[in-house]
Amino acid sequence: MSQLIAFSLLNGILFGMLLFMMASGLTLIFSMMGVLNFAHASFYMLGAYFGYEISRRMGFWPGVVIAPLLVGGVGAIVERYGLRRVHGYGHVSELLFTFGLAFAIEQLVEMFWGKTPVDYSVPRSLNFVAFRMFGTNYPAYRMFILLTATAMFVFLVAILQRTRVGLIIRAALTHPQMVAMLGHNVPRVFMAVFGVGCALAGLSGAIAGPALVTQPSMAEELGPILFVVIIIGGMGSLAGAFVASLLVGIIQTFAVAINVSLSEVFGPAAPPLLSDLWTVTVAQLAPIIPYALLVVVLVFRPTGLMGTRES
Amino acid sequence: MNRTIGFLAPWLVTAAALAAAPVVFRSDFALTTLSLIGINVIFALSFNILLGQTGLLSFGHAVYYGLGGFVAIQALNAAEGANFDLPLPVFVLVGGLGGLVFGYLFGLVVSQRGGLVFSMITLGIGELVSSSSFILRSFFGGEGGIATDRTKAAAFFGHKFGPQIEIYYLTAACCFLVIMAVYALTRTPLGRIWNAAREDPERVEFLGYRPETLRLYACSFAALFAGVAGGLSAINFEIMNAQQLGAQESALVLLMAYVGGTGHFLGPILGAAVITYLEVRLSDVTDIWQLYFGVLFIGVVMLAPGGITGWIAMHVEAWRRGEIARLAPSYALVAPAIVVTAVGAVLLIELTHRLFARTMGESALLQLGPFTLDTASVAPWVIGGVLGFGGGLVVRWAWPRVQEAWSAAAPTTKRGAA
Amino acid sequence: MTVAAIELVDLTKKFGPTEIIRGVSLAITPGERHAMIGPNGAGKTTLFHLISGRLTPSSGQVKLAGRRVEGLRPYEINRLGLSRSFQVTKIFPKLSVYDNLLCATLWSLGARYSYWGSLARRRDAAERANELAQRIGLADRREAPAGVLAYAEQRALEIGIALGGDPDVLLLDEPTAGMSHGETEQTVEMIRNATAGKTLVMVEHDMGVVFGLATRISVLVYGRILASGSPESIRANSEVQRAYLGQAVHA
Repeated sequence: MSQLIAFSLLNGILFGMLLFMMASGLTLIFSMMGVLNFAHASFYMLGAYFGYEISRRMGFWPGVVIAPLLVGGVGAIVERYGLRRVHGYGHVSELLFTFGLAFAIEQLVEMFWGKTPVDYSVPRSLNFVAFRMFGTNYPAYRMFILLTATAMFVFLVAILQRTRVGLIIRAALTHPQMVAMLGHNVPRVFMAVFGVGCALAGLSGAIAGPALVTQPSMAEELGPILFVVIIIGGMGSLAGAFVASLLVGIIQTFAVAINVSLSEVFGPAAPPLLSDLWTVTVAQLAPIIPYALLVVVLVFRPTGLMGTRES
Repeated sequence: MNRTIGFLAPWLVTAAALAAAPVVFRSDFALTTLSLIGINVIFALSFNILLGQTGLLSFGHAVYYGLGGFVAIQALNAAEGANFDLPLPVFVLVGGLGGLVFGYLFGLVVSQRGGLVFSMITLGIGELVSSSSFILRSFFGGEGGIATDRTKAAAFFGHKFGPQIEIYYLTAACCFLVIMAVYALTRTPLGRIWNAAREDPERVEFLGYRPETLRLYACSFAALFAGVAGGLSAINFEIMNAQQLGAQESALVLLMAYVGGTGHFLGPILGAAVITYLEVRLSDVTDIWQLYFGVLFIGVVMLAPGGITGWIAMHVEAWRRGEIARLAPSYALVAPAIVVTAVGAVLLIELTHRLFARTMGESALLQLGPFTLDTASVAPWVIGGVLGFGGGLVVRWAWPRVQEAWSAAAPTTKRGAA
Repeated sequence: MTVAAIELVDLTKKFGPTEIIRGVSLAITPGERHAMIGPNGAGKTTLFHLISGRLTPSSGQVKLAGRRVEGLRPYEINRLGLSRSFQVTKIFPKLSVYDNLLCATLWSLGARYSYWGSLARRRDAAERANELAQRIGLADRREAPAGVLAYAEQRALEIGIALGGDPDVLLLDEPTAGMSHGETEQTVEMIRNATAGKTLVMVEHDMGVVFGLATRISVLVYGRILASGSPESIRANSEVQRAYLGQAVHA
């Protein structure tokens, strides 16, 4: 039992930190530009695929470094030539643009790499057992992901709290127009912020790819959970995104580990109308949990856990 | 008298067109396509109650379409099983009711917030229902879905709705009624306040209206009509599948309404017709029709956010001001260039697709209508490149002229989105 | 003793550590035309937000005709007979002028969320909307989309929308801001006529408008009321002169 709890907690935190890596980029883009980047998970996917291609030719480590830069570059180009034109049409148009983009990226990925998963695998240098606990191995690669995510978090907090750039970003979190009036080159800042946000997503992808399956549907699987996380956390709040990511990550991971169904608790005879639900295990319900959580949070706290900026 | 004629004319024309269509388009395939268009018109109109009328962008609208359809199909099967003799049109209403019930229930949660948050919540609810459909197998039928036989329903004035032509007329009639209903809705106090809420939701609150209630009404009505579309779909195709309440279907209805133009009542109708037709045709011609839809969508968002009807409205304004001739020279320049660019781009995309498919063991030859092109040879690539990039450069050069002409001809109809 | 149309009791409002309203108590009698003046940043618009429900006070009470309304939502307060205009124009740009005004009348005429029956058939709403259009001088622009109106016309529409619900109490936030002299005169005349028998509270910077329209004036400085009284007493008040009017204005 304690084995279950320990591993689930570890994996849950891992999943949560992965979610936060992406949610932080999304929150930054939203806070500074007011744009909700529907294609954020698509950039995550691009990171995984770019990482795969580069690791095939040059090894894993160059891949992990170059892929995020490439994805960031793509993001900057998208902002400069696509999103920028749509700014004037309003937030709905911006959201729709990124929505179309997400769709197009998925189609392009399918075109270039096919619909089946690619073999983006853990590099030999990290392919060992980190430790044994309660008789089961914990892979080192997962620790690597955890370390990278934590490092990124620390780095982000440090930049935001201690540098001038961070100060500007924090100001823009609540007063973007004011920041513009202070004379900062807003279009260039936007391009940089969008690029960096996408690069963060790309980094998540490049790192998570080997651990999770790298396939064209990875964006549409993770995307909605990502948006649920930032709504639960409160849009525009990095702290909220952090808390919500961990919450969703841990709860979902625990759920997956629980193979109990109502039938096991109350006996095999299902009451009428509940026959489907009777034999369903909590683990099978896991995909629904983030959305159920969304509904619960919204009912009790409509602004999310730590909402700052209203949309 | 003239005013009455002016008012009735469009309706009479529409009814006549709907009634006469099967005479022009006789094949079964055409009838099925027309029926599908009818269903999608209702679906897109229901979506636009949220977006175009009230300013609410939903990413999970297919939920009500799907749930309406499933409720209808389950009811049909249940009625048949219990020997409950109801005619087929009743089950369309059942679908609507199903949509309404879920629209209200989910609406209670969804309507709490507006704006971007609303959109994200609809995404979440969409995923919630979509994921649940795989668990609740007896209602949703798992992978295979739920099938039915519409001829088992009781006769309706002697009709069993077996043949496609009969089901077309049922669909067309429902479509007409829904168009009337949705139009009437836009002319009510609620409809007008929805419009105001679209423009400035906060101001509306200062006029005595509770925003959450307004949104709940919008969600409920939209879900009602979406459920009607779902019910019709269940009856038309005699099968409902969990895919129909998923993200793809939600994206499709968004595409239909947006391409048609969310700012005008006719927009979703036009958009549904165009997109349905494209979907049916394109999927026969090319594997990657979805990519084209994505590109089309991005193009509309960037270049013509008012959609087709917005584009037409601009020209109507230009016509009224007598300035339409001003547009002609720049159009003459740009239109051929756009066509050439499109041809080149499509060629390159298809060649690329074929090239990468080849690496997965498929043929290296590309079939484009009557032409067979070899991806291995350089020629098709060069042609595609020249057409695409060359045409693109001409468009780029000519575009400022087009914009100038537009601002002179139609300054007030902005190309802004809904 | 008549119940005050609006009564503020020890009202405060803090944003984090920053206190914007630092204890305001004020009673406005029904039928008064009350002007709120003061330097920028004094908290005048914030006070409007507190009264109309856009913001909730940190402490203190807001009473509308004797009834406590602090913490209520804007639509609830509006339904009790208070209407406001905004400093930054908040109209419905894509709707026609006529529709803008129509929407403003609907709730008070009992239309509620009615989805039966054509809006065009509602005579009472149509009459009121047309009458309002006449009043604010936009009768010949009825059909124009509100977004294409000139600035002063939009400000007039802004006031028209506030009048739509035939409120007992009207809050106008800088109604003549940015207007030319002629436009200001017209607007003042319009406000005077439209608010006959109603209680008016307005924020204004144009002293001509203030002393022309107001029956009472309050001066708000740094979130506190420095002085409150008849226009003459305010004009003569030396503290007010120093803080706001400047020495150039003599009694």
